[in-house]
Amino acid sequence: MRPAFSVLFLTTLIGAGQGLLIALVAGQLFLVVGTGDASLSGGFYAVGSLIALVLLALGLLASFFHLAHPMRAWRAATQWRTSWLSREVIALPALMGLAVLYGGLHALGWDGPLMHFANGKSLDLTMAVGFVTVIACLALFLCTGMIYACVKFIREWHSVWTVINYTMMGLASGFVLAAAYAASLGTVVTGLYVGTALVLIVLALVGRAISLWRNARIKPLATLRGAIGAPHQNIRQVTQGFNGKSFNTKEFFHGKSPETVRMLTTFFLASGFAAPFALVALGMGSAALLWLAFLVQYVGLLAERWVFFAQGNHVQNLYYQRKG
Amino acid sequence: MANEKQLALVIDLNVCVGCHACVTSCKEWNTSGWAGPLPDQDAYGKDPDGVFFNRVQTFECGTFPDTETVHFPKSCLHCEDPPCVPVCPTGASYKRESDGIVLVDYDKCIGCKYCSWNCPYGAREFDEITGVMKKCTLCVDRIYDETLPPDRRKPACVLACPPGARLFGDIKDPTSEASKAIRDNGGYQLMPEAGTSPANHYLPRRKTQSVVHEDQLQRADNPLSREAEPPKFGGPTIDDASQW
Ligand code: SF4
Ligand code: SF4
Repeated sequence: MRPAFSVLFLTTLIGAGQGLLIALVAGQLFLVVGTGDASLSGGFYAVGSLIALVLLALGLLASFFHLAHPMRAWRAATQWRTSWLSREVIALPALMGLAVLYGGLHALGWDGPLMHFANGKSLDLTMAVGFVTVIACLALFLCTGMIYACVKFIREWHSVWTVINYTMMGLASGFVLAAAYAASLGTVVTGLYVGTALVLIVLALVGRAISLWRNARIKPLATLRGAIGAPHQNIRQVTQGFNGKSFNTKEFFHGKSPETVRMLTTFFLASGFAAPFALVALGMGSAALLWLAFLVQYVGLLAERWVFFAQGNHVQNLYYQRKG
Repeated sequence: MANEKQLALVIDLNVCVGCHACVTSCKEWNTSGWAGPLPDQDAYGKDPDGVFFNRVQTFECGTFPDTETVHFPKSCLHCEDPPCVPVCPTGASYKRESDGIVLVDYDKCIGCKYCSWNCPYGAREFDEITGVMKKCTLCVDRIYDETLPPDRRKPACVLACPPGARLFGDIKDPTSEASKAIRDNGGYQLMPEAGTSPANHYLPRRKTQSVVHEDQLQRADNPLSREAEPPKFGGPTIDDASQW
């Protein structure tokens, strides 16, 4: 498939935003259930949510560049019963709303216990909104992943690993960002974020490696025999019927050499996983190195998304093999 | 999604000669009609690009010297279980209940192209000029047009095909010409593994053989000799006998 830059930016930006929101809520929960008295100011969560909101908004903006008729985009929310794309169109603005609410409540200090527990702890309003935000983040990960995973005519995508990888890579990049943000302010949760980010990077790498391995030995869904229904073992296309271009020859082929795909695969493994892991591990607490880790990782994940598209081989390509 | 009526094309690969008359007539009719335009870009330049509802492709089957050429017209198959429809986020893609035709509502389409990813046959082509997805409509603006004589209420490609390789009809009506052709000639669907249950069917190539025996080359009874003057015989005729 042809990698569309709008979609590469959309999925990587919102992935980082969702991961950051989950990290913020995880940090708050960590401090609430923890035994110490440490806590963070509302401002920490408010600014963090704002960063996440900007990432989500940039992603949304990028997605508009993918549409030929952005003014009609509201219609895309109507078919949520059947379409994962439609569900994403609902989930993304809903999450943005929750990010505003979560950050806003923290900024205004509108917080209060909703219920008390026997051990003296309580469930605060911001914490409750945080939980809902996490659920919305996970729902959005599911929608984004399923948009690709449910396309059964692209075997490389039609797998549960697509959903897992979108989620894990988003979480990993969000936690690296959270670590950089927390370290810049010198907050107590930096260690938590650094440790979690390292684990997430490794888990994300494992998932992605499995899908690379799966793609390398994938069986095509159909052959020319079924595609044109001729009872022959040996069928060749003589002509696809035209010498020029068409939508079918542009949208479904990436047009780059296999070497480029291989090179970018190596690049994203290094830049999206190995390098940020090293930077986060070695740069314990150094804000500058953590920010660098996030940037390097983001570029790597963009390359990862490019390869994800390029490796998707659509069944329709059987019909477009040769100009005659 | 079991429609009572399902209009479809039946394409006889044994008859198709690969002349592309259906391709050009389709483009001619549709670019100026209800489903149009079907714009081209750089049409006379080095790198032409354009939107078509119908393409004719050519395949070579078998191993030399036992090969055969198959000309293969391809357009939207109006699947009975169309995977392209439920994925559309706007509801612009839909399948009509009244006759099973799969259409795109150009006023709702946002041009996200997601439907085209979910068609295994590459039957949808995006129109970059108007920014909406386009595909075969089975000439929905012809087939119900009562100002046309009844025998012209057919898709443009069917009317154009010089050797008559394309049939059109309701495949749910067992008495239709299309249903009969599918039944009698082993009509089949493309890529059954895709699970789309296409409405359009194809009729397979058939081996047409004629055996000529030696004696058929020699003319045993020359019809010219039969048409020659009848032999005269010498005796009196009826006329002679009656003229006394
Ligand atoms: S051929 Fe493709 S576009 Fe047409 S109905 Fe089937 S899946 Fe949809
Ligand atoms: S391109 Fe148009 S018809 Fe296709 S899925 Fe998107 S909105 Fe629906």
